[in-house]
Amino acid sequence: MLLAKIYVTFKEGVPDPQGETMGQSLLAMGYQGVLSVRTGKYLEIKLATADKDAASREVEEMCRRLLANSVIEQYRYTLEECC
Amino acid sequence: MEPKVYRQMGLTDYEYGRIKEILGREPNYVETGMFAVMWSEHCGYKNSRPVLKLFPTEAPWVLQGPGENAGVVDIGDGQAVVFKIESHNHPSAIEPFQGAATGVGGIVRDIFTMGARPIAVLNSLRLGPLENPRNRYLMAGAVGGISFYSNCLGLPTVAGEVYFEPTYSGNPLVNAMAVGLIEHKDILRAKASGIGNDVMYIGARTGRDGIHGATFASEELSMTMEAQQPAVPVGDPFREKLLLEACLEIIKEDLIIGMQDMGAAGLTSSSCEMAARAVTGMELNLDLVPRREEGMTPYEIMLSESQERMLLVAKEGARERIEAICRRWGLEAVVIGRVTSDGIMRIKEKGRVVAAVPAKALTDQCPVYERERRRPSYLDRVQNTDLSSLPEPEDYGAALLKLIATPNLASKEWIYRQCDYMARTDTVAGPGGDAAVLRIKGTGKGLALTVDGNGRYCYLDPERGGAIAVAEAARNLSCVGARPLAITNCLNFGNPEKPEVAWQFYQAVVGMSRACEALQTPVTGGNVSFYNETEGEAIYPTPIVGMVGLLADIKHACGSGFSRENDEIILLGETHAEIGGSEYLAVIHSLVAGEPPQLDLEREKAVQELVREAIAAGLVRAAHDCAEGGLAIALAESVINGGLGARIELESSLRPDYLLFSESQSRVLLAVAPACRDRVLALARQKGIPATVIGLCGGSALEVSLNGRVLFNLSLGELEQTWRESIPALMAG
Amino acid sequence: MKFGVIVFPGSNGEQDVYHALDEVLRQPVDYLWHGDTDVSGYDCLVLPGGFSYGNYLRAGAIARFAPIMSAVIDFARAGGLVLGICNGFQILLEAGLLPGAMLRNDCLQFRCQWTHLRVENTATPFSNRFRQGQVIRVPIAHGEGNYYVDAATLAELEANRQVVFRYCDPSGKVTTAANPNGSVANIAGIINREGNILGMMPRPERCVEELLGGSDGREMLASVVDWWQRGNSNGA
Repeated sequence: MLLAKIYVTFKEGVPDPQGETMGQSLLAMGYQGVLSVRTGKYLEIKLATADKDAASREVEEMCRRLLANSVIEQYRYTLEECC
Repeated sequence: MEPKVYRQMGLTDYEYGRIKEILGREPNYVETGMFAVMWSEHCGYKNSRPVLKLFPTEAPWVLQGPGENAGVVDIGDGQAVVFKIESHNHPSAIEPFQGAATGVGGIVRDIFTMGARPIAVLNSLRLGPLENPRNRYLMAGAVGGISFYSNCLGLPTVAGEVYFEPTYSGNPLVNAMAVGLIEHKDILRAKASGIGNDVMYIGARTGRDGIHGATFASEELSMTMEAQQPAVPVGDPFREKLLLEACLEIIKEDLIIGMQDMGAAGLTSSSCEMAARAVTGMELNLDLVPRREEGMTPYEIMLSESQERMLLVAKEGARERIEAICRRWGLEAVVIGRVTSDGIMRIKEKGRVVAAVPAKALTDQCPVYERERRRPSYLDRVQNTDLSSLPEPEDYGAALLKLIATPNLASKEWIYRQCDYMARTDTVAGPGGDAAVLRIKGTGKGLALTVDGNGRYCYLDPERGGAIAVAEAARNLSCVGARPLAITNCLNFGNPEKPEVAWQFYQAVVGMSRACEALQTPVTGGNVSFYNETEGEAIYPTPIVGMVGLLADIKHACGSGFSRENDEIILLGETHAEIGGSEYLAVIHSLVAGEPPQLDLEREKAVQELVREAIAAGLVRAAHDCAEGGLAIALAESVINGGLGARIELESSLRPDYLLFSESQSRVLLAVAPACRDRVLALARQKGIPATVIGLCGGSALEVSLNGRVLFNLSLGELEQTWRESIPALMAG
Repeated sequence: MKFGVIVFPGSNGEQDVYHALDEVLRQPVDYLWHGDTDVSGYDCLVLPGGFSYGNYLRAGAIARFAPIMSAVIDFARAGGLVLGICNGFQILLEAGLLPGAMLRNDCLQFRCQWTHLRVENTATPFSNRFRQGQVIRVPIAHGEGNYYVDAATLAELEANRQVVFRYCDPSGKVTTAANPNGSVANIAGIINREGNILGMMPRPERCVEELLGGSDGREMLASVVDWWQRGNSNGA
């Protein structure tokens, strides 16, 4: 079995009101070093296959078709062995 | 069993002894857990039952009173309204978003288990002052949770109320009310009759969330609990929407005997309550219960409070059709047992009986406690505070602006704009008025809905405060032109084992009952929430009244805003020197003291009848209840709501601050066309109600003078801005 | 003219649309189930508001893969009239039938309120009963209505007059204060280049009766009926 760990984040330039609000709060809390906050989604998908190439192709397609919206989002992922 | 074990579940030594007597043996662990949740205050009403008997519960239009999942009231044409209010205080104190969200989910399920389509949600919140960041967090979370859940369900949040007092800082109150519409012939009771009938489980899978939630709701909050973050269930409104549609379809096809939500005390309460009502038993096979987590014990399965699950008793031969409907809605439907004749709840796992107790022992044999009552000693102190020597405000305009900016009186738009109050396209009058008004499609009629309560009045005099809560709710409905029909109530109190709290509870119920009798609005059900305490300190006694009323003609629904130049403004009722418990006293003089205003129920009834008659006769352009903040605030609200100023000339021997801010009961402001004035005054005379023309609508300012001296003149713009921007500014920190 | 209102699991505006078309506009209308695959016989498909599939992942992202959507896409590509309201608009974006995407409202909260819209293009099936620049009042109710497109696509939308409704103040001025959700260029509703697919966040079905506070939505829906009747009487 393989575990895909997928990160979906906003593309550069796309407004992220949640991230901006968190950034402002962190500054207000005194974390003066905060330059920016960008939010995103983290997903874990367990896959039956042990074939990393096949899994990679499949995850790529899942991201493209459903998990990320290419108008506003980008994605990256890792694949690791799991039990 | 070790006393430690059952005590941890919430049972006393005496109660454990009773269980042994009933069973004639030691209960096992699963059985003890089942008794513990069913005999908790939340499910068993063991501290409140004798007192709740005082409530009047009957009227010709009441089709279902207390004892079912919700009350039902006839509205003619073969239709009825189903409604109920319930608390979700303790979960909301720990996790306000999920606590409030699942509160809405639970009360909505209570409505559709009766067979009704839910049509609206109302909420009542009590929080500590917004200056405190923790209270802001609670408010943002609770409002977020309410809006998340009801918006997703497509149910309009049509009305609500919220008050801020230091007493609620550690123990916020979140009460949710739901309302549904039903044809008489579809009314369903939660009964498990028909020996051999399938018991079916539909909806979400069972997990370990919320185990012992019912017991938890029956204990005081402590600081350690907050740190522990105990099991608060998580709501899934999407699944609830599917469950709702599937259940209504199942009911329409007449496939079931009854159903009940697996909410508080989960599978245990839903199964044994349905069996007890039908004097039957049930055999359940836990191996068949759909589960979300592995390795769950029978105890955990029986007590889980996972949300969005429903237990059905199917009619003979209906099982396959029910399965098909659920499949269509993407829901699991599983037969997990059958109805039996011996009155025993027999729970099996892996072929072994893991619990076998009489259904009625869990429900009807719950011990009942007549708690010792003692009048609290604080009452003499607060009631006898000398209020006559308080200084008069130097600047009445400034005093009014300060009052209207106080969160208790300021605009609640920050809350209700997060809630979809227009869904279902029935909302004729949404949040922000005296009561919500919904049209009933296909008829010319309308429903009016409101929630009301005043914890401060109840703290100062629970009997009168309780009566005022009912009277004011009814007045709200009358002001939109509706005839009040019945109430549901949520009784939020401290620890009833304390004689002072037991006294407050008893007194409040007595007062509410008196008003319900007089105004002919019986109680159709509700919920008791005790143990609202932190660090041994009880909240103000806070009974909340949810009321429904009927408008014969929706076209006559009346608003509260002044809207037409030269309309005459009439004050019905009398203003007395009653500033005890008022917002004025709290905000301007930082005092919670005195006696709440007097309430003459005969007068109240007559004023309300007059208002309704005048509205129905088409004589009234606006009607507004004079409530918290008194006449001055009522005027300001009518000016803001209608976007038109007013010039008021008062004559009185009262102190100006008393006249403006007294919260005397049974008063209503009317705006009427000049041509209608005399007819309204004549109607009032006929009913023996004082009615005074106090001014005219017009202009863009609110000017009030007393005996020829101008007390204040405030522009509409300044009033509105102060009123509208207060809560958003506080929430921004 | 026959309308089809598509019901996804979690839709909740379908009854409101149905009521508006049936009781107020007096037009034939049916519900279409998300599992259906045939939309023949309908002249206009409406994707209603609500929370299809709980709006989990992104609003509209899962509904876009419902079986009926292939038929909707074929119908739309063949020039059929498609109206996406609120969640329906979000689904049309996710399905790629309209350009752009939805972000969370910039205030980070759900917003239910009346808004003013300026009608920017009356030469569409959905807005032909309005005057150019007319200000109409339509309520919104959404948490993710912050419309986003990149600058190049926006320029294209503007150049092709694809922006049909824009949030404005009561006098018709397009201001930041009148923008309830942060949408790019105050966009409230857009149409595809071919002019047969409209998506809008405001809810016209909620303002078809004066009793509920306004009836500009009735004019919008009546535009569709008018347009269809004109087209059919010309034999088009």
